[in-house]
Amino acid sequence: MTNALLQGLLLGGYYALLAAGLSFLFGVMRIINLAHGSLAVVAAFALWLLADRQGLDPFLMLPLVMLPMALLGWLLYRLVFARSLRGGALTPILASFGLATVVDNALFQGFGADTRSLAPYIGNLAYESWALPGDIFVGQLAVLVFATALAVLGGLQWMLSRTPLGRRIRAAAEDPDAAGLAGVDTHRIYGVATAISLAIVTLAGLAMALRATFDPYSGPQQLIFAFEAVVIGGAGSLWGTLAGGLILGVAQSVGAHVNPQGFLLAGHGVFLAILVLRVHGGPALMARWRGLRGADFHDARATPPTMKVSQANRPSPPGLPSRGGD
Amino acid sequence: MNPSTLTIHRWTPLSITSLAAVVGAQLLLVAVPLVFDANVVERLTTLFIYGILALMWNSLAGYGGLVSVGQQAFFGLGAYAAIRLADAGFPVYPALALGALLVAVAALPMAQAMLRLKGGEFAIGMWVVAEFVHLLVNLDPLIQGETGTSLIALNGFDAEARRSYTYWAALASMAALAWGMFFLLRGRLGTAAQAIRDNEEAAASVGVRVFAAKRTLFLLSAFGCALAGALWVATTISFQPKTYFSVQWSAYMIFMVLVGGIGTFEGPILGAVLFFAVETAFGATGVWYMIGLGATALLFAMLLPQGLWGAIEKRFGLRLLPVGYFLK
Repeated sequence: MTNALLQGLLLGGYYALLAAGLSFLFGVMRIINLAHGSLAVVAAFALWLLADRQGLDPFLMLPLVMLPMALLGWLLYRLVFARSLRGGALTPILASFGLATVVDNALFQGFGADTRSLAPYIGNLAYESWALPGDIFVGQLAVLVFATALAVLGGLQWMLSRTPLGRRIRAAAEDPDAAGLAGVDTHRIYGVATAISLAIVTLAGLAMALRATFDPYSGPQQLIFAFEAVVIGGAGSLWGTLAGGLILGVAQSVGAHVNPQGFLLAGHGVFLAILVLRVHGGPALMARWRGLRGADFHDARATPPTMKVSQANRPSPPGLPSRGGD
Repeated sequence: MNPSTLTIHRWTPLSITSLAAVVGAQLLLVAVPLVFDANVVERLTTLFIYGILALMWNSLAGYGGLVSVGQQAFFGLGAYAAIRLADAGFPVYPALALGALLVAVAALPMAQAMLRLKGGEFAIGMWVVAEFVHLLVNLDPLIQGETGTSLIALNGFDAEARRSYTYWAALASMAALAWGMFFLLRGRLGTAAQAIRDNEEAAASVGVRVFAAKRTLFLLSAFGCALAGALWVATTISFQPKTYFSVQWSAYMIFMVLVGGIGTFEGPILGAVLFFAVETAFGATGVWYMIGLGATALLFAMLLPQGLWGAIEKRFGLRLLPVGYFLK
């Protein structure tokens, strides 16, 4: 059981890395990119091609793939998200779902149904482990992925709170119109944010391909895991995403420990249970949750006071959520 | 313009004519199994099921503002419920409808939790629900995991009778759901739904019961998708969880509604007919067909978000089946 917990935490590190880009983009633009998982698979295939055909080391090739992926992110914003942001809230969801369908099937057309892995190209790092007391083995690769997740989330948080770019991103996230008035080119900032998101997706794609196998249709499953981590941790919060990833990883690992079919069931089950808890957990829990999330870069956006008055005056029908503008 | 000279029109000569044409066409369609051969009957049954899916996805997205990529949860559950009821000895054709009703009941607690989610969170949240339900159905010993099972009770009918009954069941289901939605949308719910679609907070502030309206649409959509799943298993007989709970169904629904016209009443029906034609022409090309569907949905979402019917409506001020109002 201790082993299942520890392995679950390490798996959670991977989920946090996978979810970082999704969480970041959601925090900045309130967009959930449904092509997130599929784009991680694109990065994995690019690295695999370089390793398999050219014999190039996946770690050394990471920057070489990350750069075009970031560029792709910028294009994705310019061509898809920028246009669909104007078209209303539904459009980015539909557009990115269409994109995911295209990407998955195009990958299948190009690479066939074979499962691939990058593990054979990194020597013994793929299977080396450290022995801990109590017959517990900790994979070196899993620890590396975990550390990467911490570094990425910490780096993003640092960038947001300490750098001029981060300040602009926070401004654009909080109120695009006001940020625009203050001289922030929100169009450009959103493009940069999408590029950053896809650069992180490249890292996640590498981690996915190193620690297990993947195939052209792996994207949707990765999207679901990433999304679960984001929502469990509280959407829009970076450290929340880390917590969400860890909770998901532990749930799956313990679930698999209990029953061979428990891996996915326990993960989805915890996600749904947390959703229900948040709905029926009472206002006190909600308030505490909000308080915990108070330090995030997006949630400072307050409900306009006029709205609060009108909501207070209105006889509240039973079961109506008292959530205002978020 | 003086407000007192404004009159509100719902019915125009055109819409009355088109409504009469729809009723006439539906009556004519009833006779199809008596006149045409098996292939036509089977293809039309498929078209009706696509029509149901498009209408139901649009009721959620077009009127409730809720994009779901998890309606396959209800599609699969509808088929599963029909199989379970038939296995328990319930007559098979009533089991299709009763199963869908049970799925709608099961969707009620789901609505309570899922409807708190917004936008993309609701979209993928429903997808997680579909995955979760899929795993649970796989645990049933009757289904035997991904091996699946068949609706063996249908063996009690000979092939021709089965084809005709399923055809009539699909036609009746589509017509009933379409008319049901038509009258719902012309009533209180339609007004509430359109207010929510345009601005949820503003609708709530003038007293629209946002949650109740969304819940009604959610349950209607769950029921319709479940009925479509039950009809699908009645046409194909075999039930493999993987095909029924596949996210491809969502891709189909999104394609039909986006191309036809999201938030219009006629659009999804047009979309279903177009999808049916595209599938008949290109379905055999497999992967390229899916790439084409995804690309078309992507382009419509970006360039023509109101869809074909939305564009026609705007261009010509045309409304064949009026669920809104005209001011003159």
